[in-house]
Amino acid sequence: MSTVLSASDAARMGMHRKRKRMNVIALTLSLGAMAFGLFWLAWILFETIRLGVGGIALSVFTEMTPPPQAETGGLANAIFGSLVMVGMATALGTPIGIMCGIYLAEYGKNRWLGRVTGFISDILLSAPSIVIGLFIYAIFVAKVRSFSAIAGALALSLIVIPVVIRTTENMLSLIPNALREAAYALGTPKWKVISSITLKAARAGVLTGMLLAVARIAGETAPLLFTALSNQFWTMDLTEPMASLPVTIYKFALSPYENWRDLAWAGVFLITLGVLALNILARVLFRKKD
Amino acid sequence: MAATLPADPFDTKEAMEKSALGGGPPARARRTPWADAVFSAVAHGAAWLTLALLAGIIISLTISAWPAISKYGLGFLVNAEWDPVEEKFGGLVMIYGTLATSFIALLIAVPVSFGIALFLTELSPNWLRRPLGTAIELLAAVPSIVYGMWGLLVFGPLLATYVQAPAQALFSDVPVLGALVSGAPVGIGILSAGIILAIMVIPFIASVMRDVFETTPALLKESAYGLGSTTWEVVWKVVLPYTKSGVVGAIMLGLGRALGETMAVTFVIGNFNQLDNLSLFAPANSITSAIANEFAEAAPGLHQASLMYLGLILFFITFCVLGLSKILLSQLQRGEGSRT
Repeated sequence: MSTVLSASDAARMGMHRKRKRMNVIALTLSLGAMAFGLFWLAWILFETIRLGVGGIALSVFTEMTPPPQAETGGLANAIFGSLVMVGMATALGTPIGIMCGIYLAEYGKNRWLGRVTGFISDILLSAPSIVIGLFIYAIFVAKVRSFSAIAGALALSLIVIPVVIRTTENMLSLIPNALREAAYALGTPKWKVISSITLKAARAGVLTGMLLAVARIAGETAPLLFTALSNQFWTMDLTEPMASLPVTIYKFALSPYENWRDLAWAGVFLITLGVLALNILARVLFRKKD
Repeated sequence: MAATLPADPFDTKEAMEKSALGGGPPARARRTPWADAVFSAVAHGAAWLTLALLAGIIISLTISAWPAISKYGLGFLVNAEWDPVEEKFGGLVMIYGTLATSFIALLIAVPVSFGIALFLTELSPNWLRRPLGTAIELLAAVPSIVYGMWGLLVFGPLLATYVQAPAQALFSDVPVLGALVSGAPVGIGILSAGIILAIMVIPFIASVMRDVFETTPALLKESAYGLGSTTWEVVWKVVLPYTKSGVVGAIMLGLGRALGETMAVTFVIGNFNQLDNLSLFAPANSITSAIANEFAEAAPGLHQASLMYLGLILFFITFCVLGLSKILLSQLQRGEGSRT
């Protein structure tokens, strides 16, 4: 009897050890996965800084993109183009995104239009950005027969819209209904409740969405390739092709010329820094309000 | 006084209270009955605009691709010939490249993301959770062009020297593996693109997985722990079955991202429009990089239409994948709502 017991005890202990071992292995692998993820972030940031910081000089901001193998040159026109197009796209896309987010949170909660729009906007959020470029090419560039900064800004604005919709809706949904009810009880009309109470309370969240949208489009290359194209020279004419930082990086990085590649690394450094800073700012801003 | 009513609602209320205390009726804002209707119409309009956007994308791409659709039909999907000079177009090479790179990406990204989500929900000390989560999410914020340039100029050469060359030396005589690793080990091709895509989609999958893991009721987990389960058993046998549909949704979201990623792939895939071997080291092409490379220079006509057709196929595939992902994720939310 006692031998049987100890045998089953031994089996149980063996089982116990096996489970413990399995647990340790799994948790070690999990730790490894975390390290794996962080490793790439660290490596990419390290290389970006190592290869990019050397190219940063005042000339990057003041001089135009150079011809191959030139002694000097900068990214001034590309930086300017990026700022113009990102600014225009944000100005165009944000109001539409906010209004649609308001619709989803305040009007369309349990209606088919609200459900379908929320679904579609989430899909557009992750849809391939190059298809957006094709779309703008088909409906705009092919019609006016010219690549232009306007087309580039239009393409980028279509990427802004779903980002802003998602954050606006989420932030408005967090506002307690008591606030709305209190305002209605005072006889406030609905538009006033939304515009001066719920939207105001969700201000930080909506601003976060805007910053995230800017961060997203600042690095977008694909939708600009055949809408804004690129331009080697300074232009302020919105109906002409316009250079942008990402497209210029793309062009320069694939070239065999040393000076172009160095400028591409400087551009990558600027863009990574800017995008990460915007992301961190957006998080800090939202957390404070939290 | 009414003319200078402040815009701030709280001040308005104060003003109302003051005048109420004064005995008279509260000062009323001027009535604007049309404002409500206009605001509502604008909000509805914005929602319709979003729907119209989707319809517009599908319709305009179909119209632009029509010359190619009517000429090749669905045979386009299985024809591997892509010759702009002879005006013969088939999408098989690009479709294969897109699917193969995304498959490799998921093969790497799914287990790693699962590990990260497990770490962030069960293992990490509380004070580390937020910074680590943010760090992983920042990986998603890095623009794809940065991944592309880094992949081509930094990662590719290292992959060629330290992985591809030894792998070739090791497997060149093994029948199937030998074919997979043949070709010049130059660090561009399907494998490099797949690895870089994996790095890019890990944050998306990991952060959604973390969010769905967190929906598991603490009661369930505590019961399992109370019965003596190890952390691994709780995750594998309680959390994972509970969040099954959400986890698949997260993977689908990652797949949708990988399928549509353009710049990073364009840099490292090599843009080679022939499918003459199955090597993972050989340059290939994907739908996105074919469009990115050829569209601006393509002659209007069949070439452009064929690229539009490719874009339409890509949009269709990603739409289905992302739609499925969204449905699976919302199922989990609904289940959660009814259970708690």
